[in-house]
Amino acid sequence: MAGEALAAAAVDAALVVVAALCLLCGYRVVEGPTVPDRVVALDAIATNVVAIAVLFALKTGRGLYVTVSLVLAIIGFLSTVAVAKYITEGDIITRRE
Amino acid sequence: MSAALVETVRNLTVVALVASGTFFLAVGTLGLLRLPNVYNRMHATSKPTTLGTAAVFLAGFVRFGPGGAGLASLIGIVFLFLTVPTGAHMISRAAQKTGVEFLVGVTWPGPGENERTRDDERDDGESDDPGEE
Repeated sequence: MAGEALAAAAVDAALVVVAALCLLCGYRVVEGPTVPDRVVALDAIATNVVAIAVLFALKTGRGLYVTVSLVLAIIGFLSTVAVAKYITEGDIITRRE
Repeated sequence: MSAALVETVRNLTVVALVASGTFFLAVGTLGLLRLPNVYNRMHATSKPTTLGTAAVFLAGFVRFGPGGAGLASLIGIVFLFLTVPTGAHMISRAAQKTGVEFLVGVTWPGPGENERTRDDERDDGESDDPGEE
């Protein structure tokens, strides 16, 4: 079937492109002038890895990797919030008295 | 014949969604690399990354059907639309509190400097002029 071969080729090309985008975001992680720059770049890398997991589910046909991408999205959001709170308040769990 | 036609349409839809999602992810990464400021970079990564990953998730929904992994894809779209703006807002708030400057000519929205000083005073007491209010 021609459509199936085209879909497989498109998913393979998208996997290569998104992996290259992760490496390009790594430049901003290393070189970013301020700490929030690095956090924004790490957030972008996390979202790219979520897209990579879904593309891998499309490539192999296993639906389990969609669940893997959901777990990765949750971990990325939690890490972003935790680092933002650490930058702002100097501690993650603050006590107000 | 009809089943083969449905399969072809499904594969072509997957191709279109994956291509547009990869395009949006590439635009977001280019904005992250090229824009001059933390706030501009945060703005550039949050919206195209949401759109691109939502398109890839939609491709997963088209591929896997309405049950099982397709339903998980729809949940992933909803989760991204809820959490990506929240994370971007917290990062930009942290950048503003740690003293990252705006670009020249960009001011805080709202009536002058009043909003920002009141916010600083209430949240962590590190305001430069505590008697402003």
